[in-house]
Amino acid sequence: MTAFLQLRNVRKTYGGGMLEHSANVALETLSLTLDTAKPQITAVVGESGSGKTTLARLMLGLTDATEGQVLYQGEDITRLNAAGRRQFRRDVQAIFQDPYGVYNPFYRVDHVLTVPARNFAIASTRAEAQQKIADALRAVGLRPEEILGRYPHQLSGGQRQRIMVARALLLRPKLIVADEPVSMVDASLRATILASLRNLTDEFGISLLYITHDLATAYQVSDNILVMYRANVVEAGAVEPIVQRPQHPYTQLLIGSIPRVSTERTSSKGEASPRATVNDATATGCRFADRCPAVMAVCRREAPELHRSEDRRAIACHLQDTSPTLPAGDLSAVLT
Amino acid sequence: MTPVLQVQGLSVAFEHPLGLVRAVDNVSFALAPGERFGLAGESGSGKSTMALAILRMIRPPGRIDGGEVQLDGKRISHLDEDGMRVLRLAGIALVPQGSMNSLNPVIRIGRQIEDAYIDHGLKFSRAETDSRVGELLQTVGLPAEVARMYPHELSGGMKQRACIAIAICLRPKVIIADEPTSALDVVVQRQVMETLGRVQQELGAAVILVGHDMGLMAQFVDRLGIMYAGRLVEVAPIARMITNARHPYTRALIDALPSLEHRGALKGIPGLAPLLRDLPQGCAFHPRCALATDRCRSERPEVRTMGEGESIACHLA
Repeated sequence: MTAFLQLRNVRKTYGGGMLEHSANVALETLSLTLDTAKPQITAVVGESGSGKTTLARLMLGLTDATEGQVLYQGEDITRLNAAGRRQFRRDVQAIFQDPYGVYNPFYRVDHVLTVPARNFAIASTRAEAQQKIADALRAVGLRPEEILGRYPHQLSGGQRQRIMVARALLLRPKLIVADEPVSMVDASLRATILASLRNLTDEFGISLLYITHDLATAYQVSDNILVMYRANVVEAGAVEPIVQRPQHPYTQLLIGSIPRVSTERTSSKGEASPRATVNDATATGCRFADRCPAVMAVCRREAPELHRSEDRRAIACHLQDTSPTLPAGDLSAVLT
Repeated sequence: MTPVLQVQGLSVAFEHPLGLVRAVDNVSFALAPGERFGLAGESGSGKSTMALAILRMIRPPGRIDGGEVQLDGKRISHLDEDGMRVLRLAGIALVPQGSMNSLNPVIRIGRQIEDAYIDHGLKFSRAETDSRVGELLQTVGLPAEVARMYPHELSGGMKQRACIAIAICLRPKVIIADEPTSALDVVVQRQVMETLGRVQQELGAAVILVGHDMGLMAQFVDRLGIMYAGRLVEVAPIARMITNARHPYTRALIDALPSLEHRGALKGIPGLAPLLRDLPQGCAFHPRCALATDRCRSERPEVRTMGEGESIACHLA
């Protein structure tokens, strides 16, 4: 069976031409298969510069891999013919980070819904299209009569972000790649939008790649998680064990740093501050070594490979060198 | 103890074609010296506007239309613009929202700190300025060499520390920090908040932390005020707020934060914040409140004091 979307040894670097000293790595070699037969939410978590948006852009075909291939139903997405490309554009939808930048201020918000509805001919009549648009808006908790006919500036950030979710839903894609879909809204509304995304997966069978820097929301909505640090996947697998018992020192630091609503106060143990995020391709060793409390000599010499420390967990850390390595570095083995 | 900052009945109104919009409505609270006070609420609740109003930085079409502010027992709401300018930074310092992106990109960090001294009429020799700037940077956990760097050479966390350095350079009595870590990842956020807490203790300054992250509030402040539709609806010590919030809105805000302990249904607050120019009758929160009674729909709850430094505006509490 051909997988829906497959990243095969994909690597992305910028620069490194003849005149430059070395390339800057945006995403280190990664293999991952997303199957849509069993709808899942996979969260990609990491700080700015960790490569999570690069991963999203590669999956959407918005940027080309430097090495490796992105396959859509077995075909390289850079070589799709017109029909294949069109099908891909329909099956894989994006929700972008900025709910302000995606709208043209001169058009009513209806524009972002009617154009794809027409382009992909989701309905045979105008009335039917209107009906589907209204249904999609209701599915994300918006009242069509309050939304349609308005200009973007008349709506709040949360409403605009939910219209983008409605737009993705309208086309009934197989996969939605959502890059920080709730970064611009308050905590209270964040929960409402994420609940509507979870609903898309459970009710409409749409898989979701949820990209965020917020580990707490990732834990709440997703089934699988990839934790990234400086262009590398450091820990991946089922969300529950990773959040409850993180094994990678970076994941432990990340989880320990989240401010909890609790009368108990936590403090950092004087961990090292991150330096500016430049990933020189010629650098050796583990990227986290300079901040890692458990650093060993080998960490500065060799980059760790992905090991399978548990059935549903892959981890790139020399502390796990006794566990078997992950076959071909393919993360799909530990994701469900 | 005499409060270092006393805000009494502060109101801010904005002119709008459809009538006057009250963004801050009759807000009163007092800050003890060295206290960490949090102001939380959704976007549009008036928390940033209030921070600006304390410093009299409201611009037309907005205006302060009532109330007064006292710093160290002295009324500052009647100072002229020159007097206010002296007081800003030296008496009350503001770390505005997104301040790390407001550093001048073509001026070195050291020079931007020096500007504060110059503007406040302090003249030091070259050597003394350099040593003061170097010390200040070390106080916020930055190496002294940062003085010679440009903003683009610093990471987000370093820029935010530089902004804190500017805020404390004249040893203010009150520091107002408006979402100082909203663009930083959690690891850096915690480091910056620890830095802010440490310098605040060293200075003995009081802090007003404005934000919507209840987790951050729980970890940092001593006392928390909750704003809704321009009013301070609940004020209480943070521990009591977490364990036993009186206002249903406070409880909803706490419950909306995703937990790391157990997975479950995400609980948003139903509905949207009300339009300030068209507030509902009675309690402004009643259309979203599961516990609303007929009284809540008709009569606006007044703010009641509930003992030392605590208050509530809810019929049910």
